[in-house]
Amino acid sequence: MSENPDLKGTSARAFHCDRVARAFSWIRPEPWGIHVVPADCWIDPARAVDRALVTHGHADHARGGHGQTYATPETLAIMKLRYATSDGAVPVAYHETITLPGGVKATWIPAGHVLGSAQILLEHAGERILVTGDFKRRADPTCPPFEVTPCDVFITEATFGLPVFRHPPTQHEIAKLTDALAAEPERCVLVGAYALGKAQRVIAELREAGHAQTIWLHGALEKMCRLYEDFGVDLGPLSLVSEAPSKEAMAGHAVLAPPSALNDRWSRRLPDPRTAMASGWMRVRQRARQRGVELPLIISDHADWDELTRTVTEVAPRETWITHGREEAMLRWCELHQKKARALALVGYEDEGGDD
Amino acid sequence: MEAFAALLDTLVYTRSRNAKIAALARYLRDTPDPDRGYALAALSDGLDFTAVKGSTIRALMRERVDPELWTLSRDYVGDSAETASLLWPEPEQVLGPPPTVAEAVDALAAMTRSTVASELPALLDRLDAEGRYALLKLATGAMRIGISARLAKTAFAQAFDVGIEDVEEHWHGQSPPYTALFDWAAHGAAPPDTENLPLFRPFMLAHAFEADDLDLDAYVAEWKWDGIRVQAVHAPGESGTGESRLYSRSGDDISASFPEIPAALDVPCVLDGELLVRGEAQGGKEGGAASFNALQQRLGRKTVSKKMLREAPAFVRLYDVLQIDGEDLRPLPWARRREALESLLHRLDPERFDLSRLIDVPGFTELAALRENARDAAIEGVMLKRRDSPYVAGRKTGLWYKWKRDPLLIDCVLMYAQRGSGKRSSFYSDFTFGCWDGDPDGEGQLLPVGKAYFGFTDAELKELDRHVRQHTVNRFGPVRETDKSLVFEVAFDSVHASARHKSGLAMRFPRIHRIRSDKPAHEADRIESLRALIRD
Repeated sequence: MSENPDLKGTSARAFHCDRVARAFSWIRPEPWGIHVVPADCWIDPARAVDRALVTHGHADHARGGHGQTYATPETLAIMKLRYATSDGAVPVAYHETITLPGGVKATWIPAGHVLGSAQILLEHAGERILVTGDFKRRADPTCPPFEVTPCDVFITEATFGLPVFRHPPTQHEIAKLTDALAAEPERCVLVGAYALGKAQRVIAELREAGHAQTIWLHGALEKMCRLYEDFGVDLGPLSLVSEAPSKEAMAGHAVLAPPSALNDRWSRRLPDPRTAMASGWMRVRQRARQRGVELPLIISDHADWDELTRTVTEVAPRETWITHGREEAMLRWCELHQKKARALALVGYEDEGGDD
Repeated sequence: MEAFAALLDTLVYTRSRNAKIAALARYLRDTPDPDRGYALAALSDGLDFTAVKGSTIRALMRERVDPELWTLSRDYVGDSAETASLLWPEPEQVLGPPPTVAEAVDALAAMTRSTVASELPALLDRLDAEGRYALLKLATGAMRIGISARLAKTAFAQAFDVGIEDVEEHWHGQSPPYTALFDWAAHGAAPPDTENLPLFRPFMLAHAFEADDLDLDAYVAEWKWDGIRVQAVHAPGESGTGESRLYSRSGDDISASFPEIPAALDVPCVLDGELLVRGEAQGGKEGGAASFNALQQRLGRKTVSKKMLREAPAFVRLYDVLQIDGEDLRPLPWARRREALESLLHRLDPERFDLSRLIDVPGFTELAALRENARDAAIEGVMLKRRDSPYVAGRKTGLWYKWKRDPLLIDCVLMYAQRGSGKRSSFYSDFTFGCWDGDPDGEGQLLPVGKAYFGFTDAELKELDRHVRQHTVNRFGPVRETDKSLVFEVAFDSVHASARHKSGLAMRFPRIHRIRSDKPAHEADRIESLRALIRD
C-alpha cells in the first residue's frame, strides 16, 4: 500500500472524467440504472423500462414490470416465482452472445453470486464494458464460479469494499454452526439467511461438511429451495417447521428462516433457539449485536475486500466504475494503486442493514 | 488467549445478564491461575500497561495500512482495537502458538515506549483476528463490552459460591492476578488480611425518587450537594504510622488531586460525603460551597499548585460514617450511624470536614416546596434516607432516594452529528446543537452550545439517524453537518461560564428531552436566554 500515495487527486480525476465521457459515451450510468444508449436498454434498472438486462434475481436488481427481460434461465425462473409472471422473458444461456439493437453485443458470464447470477459483458464500438452485478470469488456449491473476463471498463459492486471485511474460510464458519448444534443438543440453532441464495448456500455447505440431518425451514424459504432443487442443486432432507411433529423433533437441528423472522413471535415454536445469522456484516461485532445475533456466521455471497481488489487487479481494466457499497475505500485503493476509478452512486441497491 | 478471546466474544454477543454471568463464572472455574486472575482484572478494574495506549495501536497501523483506509475502516467499525484486529496483515506462516493470558500480560508489562513497536506486533502475529481483538482490548484496558465491575464480581461470587458482599469487601487492596482472592474463594483459604489498610468500601447508592408522597417519620431528608461523592479513609497502614486515602465513587484513588483532604485526616475511620470547594454559590454564605464548575477545575489533576490549594480549597461535607476506630458501623441503622458521625466531628479538622445538615420540615408538602427552591440555592436536590436503613453496598430498593430538582429546558437546533461508538457505531447518535446568536429572522447565526448523547429512545435514535442522513449538507470525516432544521428540547441541570467554548458557556448533563419536529428552527431559543441562567 505504499505505492505513490501522493497521486494528484483532483486534477487527475477531473481530466479523466472528461476523457471517460468521450471514450465510453455509449454507456451512461443514471441514478436508477445503467443505460446502454445505442440499444436503449437498461442493466438492473430500479424502475420499469421497455428492455432490461438483469444480472441476477435479488429484488434490488431484478424488478418486475419490464417490457422485455433478458437474463439467464435460472434468473428468469426466480423472477417468475417472485412476480408470478414471465411476460417478456428472454432467456440467455451463460456464454451465449446476443446482438441487441444498435449492434451492441451482450454476453452473460457466471458471477458466482447466487443461482443464475451473471456478469454482463457489453461490446460496442471496439470497447468492452463488463457489469458484474453482485459477485464473489470463493467456491459455492449452488452456482458456477466467477470468471475473470478482460474488459476496458469494469463496473463493479463494492458491498464489502472496506479492508476490515475479510471473510474467513466458509468451512470455518460452518464448523461454528455444527459445533454449536453438538454443544447443546437440547436446543436448536436458528440461522437467519436471505431467502434467495444464502439459505440454499448454507444448506449446501452443511451437506458438503457431511451434515446429513434434516434441516428445518421457515415457510418463506420453501419455494426457493424447491426451485434450486429443480435446477439440480442437491439440498438433502428438508422439512417445514410448520409441519414438525413436536418442538423436540427440532432439538439439535439447524432451522433456517429469513432474517426478518429471527426475533419474531414465529420463533417461539422452536426448542430454545440460539440465534445465528449468516452474513458478511457479521464480521463487525456491533453489527451482529445490533441484530441480536448470538452466533454470527461470516458467510457472504459478496466478494470481500481481498477478493474485490484481487479481481480489479486480475481483470486489469482501463477504468473501474463502482456501482454501490463502500466506494470511498475502493476509490482510495485504486488511487493508491494508480488505477483509474469513479463512483457511480446508483440508488436502490441494498447497502447498510441489507441482508447481504 | 483463545479461551479468553472466546469468552470476550461470548460476552459481546450474549444479551442476557444471567447468561453473561454464567459464561464468565464458567471461565473463572475452568481456567487456571494466573490467567483467570488477569482476565478478571481486564474485565473489571482494568490492567494498565504504560507503554501501550490507543495511540500506540494507531501508530502501528499507520506503518501497515494507508491512513485514509484506516480512518474509513475505524469510522465504520466504531472501535479502534477491533478495526486493528481485522486490518492486521496476517503473517505468511504461523509464528508460534498463541500466548497465554499471563504470558501476554508479562510481555505487555515489560514493554517500553521504545520496544512496543516491535514487541506488540510479535504477539499479534501469533494470534487470529479474535485473539488480536482480545489482546488489544487487554492491552489498552478499554474493554467497553458491557461488563461492569459489579457483574464481574457477581460472576466471581457465583463461580465459587461465595457472597457478593464478601467479594466486594475483599476485592479492594488486592491486585491482579488476585491469587489470594482465588485461594480464599476457590480453595477455602482465609480471606486476605486487609484490616489495617486504608481500603475503599463499596458505596451505598440511591434510587431516583418517583413517588409523590413519603412518610417523613420513616425517612430523613438532607440536601444533595453538587460536588462529587467521595470516601475518605484513614487506617494504621502496614507500617502502623497511619495512611489516608480519598476515593471517588468508582473507587479510584483521587488523593493526589486533593491532597489537603487525606493530609487532614488522622482518625481511623471511613467517611462518606460530598467533595466540594469553598465558596458561596451553593446555599449562599451558609451553604459555604462553590459551584460544581469550581470543583471541576481541580478534578483529574495529578499535582496541585499552591495557588490552587489557596484559591479553591476543598473540603468534604459528611453524609455518613462506615467505620470508626476499626469498628464496622455499616450494619447499624442510619440514625445510630448519624449519632456516631456527629460525635466524631470534634475529632476531625473543621477546615476540611463539616456535617451535611438535615432538612427540618414538618411534612412532605413543605419539603417539596423547599426542593422547588433548590435551584435558587444552586443545590442539586434532596436526598431521602430511611432512618432505620443499614449501610449496604449498591442500590437497594426502598432505602435511599435522590430527588433532584427539575431540569432546565431550552430549545436548540441540531447542527452537527457524529456516529457513536460501540453498539451505536452505525448510528449518528452524538449531537451538537446550537442557540441563536442574534435575530434568527435576520442576521442571526447559530452558535454551538452543547453536545448530547442520550435522552432518546431506540426508536427516536433511528428517527434521528434517518434525519441526519437525509439532511446532511456537509461532511467532515465522521461528522456530518445538517441543514439545521430540527429543534431539540434540551434538558440540563445547570449552565456555567466557560472560556473553553466559543459560546462562552458550558451546560451540565445536557440530554435530548424531546424532539420538536413540530417547531421551526427560527423559533429556537437565543443564546441570551441561556446566559441568563448562569449562576456561577
